[in-house]
Amino acid sequence: MDALRRTLLKGAGATGAVVAAMAAGVLKPSQALAAEYNRAAFEAKDLAGALKGIGADNASENTGVAIKAPDIAENGAVVPIDVSSTLPNTVSLSVLVDKNPSPLTADFVFSNGALPQVALRVKMGQTSLVEAVAKTADGKYYIAKKEVKVTVGGCGG
Amino acid sequence: MADPMKIRAQMKGDIADIRVLMSHPMETGQRKGGDGKLVPAHYIRSITLDVAGKRVIEGQTGPAVSRNPVFGFKVMGAKAGDKVVINWVDNKGDKRTDETTIRE
Repeated sequence: MDALRRTLLKGAGATGAVVAAMAAGVLKPSQALAAEYNRAAFEAKDLAGALKGIGADNASENTGVAIKAPDIAENGAVVPIDVSSTLPNTVSLSVLVDKNPSPLTADFVFSNGALPQVALRVKMGQTSLVEAVAKTADGKYYIAKKEVKVTVGGCGG
Repeated sequence: MADPMKIRAQMKGDIADIRVLMSHPMETGQRKGGDGKLVPAHYIRSITLDVAGKRVIEGQTGPAVSRNPVFGFKVMGAKAGDKVVINWVDNKGDKRTDETTIRE
């Protein structure tokens, strides 16, 4: 609780505070308003900007974050990706595709028993690194990377 | 109004395996249509998943999620018969909520 209060007092990013509050069980998530769309992060045009937008610009690489994705994707319009974290107290996972026009693809916040794992399908314009970023309850960020080769891009017709 | 989601929620041991298929064009805003003009962006931005009345997942998505998005989630502490409610909202304000119950 002290950590939460400090976070709030410091006036850290509003989203961070809300996530921390949810993790601490202060806000009942089902009653809290859904967090505002993180437009700055989703519309960032490069990886650095996207990572900064979610607060993860100093994320450290960690093997506790896993990405399951094909080595070669034949159809860039539908690339199946499974991201998960075995780090204790993982509160959120984000998926980024380095070379897409806007790298940040999806961001999930877990609570009330949800396991930190998501399967989804993403578009990839070209061969690129796929990144997964996990955030733990202490506000630290961890990242994993995997290259996926794309033979047909997903951004055309 | 968009087509209904297809939701499958099933217990696998202690873990509820929840899969959802949403019917949505997920236009990026960068694709040209038949007339050579850009097709305006139209994509799901927000997803929520509630199990037994509790919010378990809150997600935000960008246009790089594939057309007709499929998501798979896993939830501990749920049981067969629990109600699963999934909601999405897109960048035009369209929304859809569908529900099912967890099967054995």
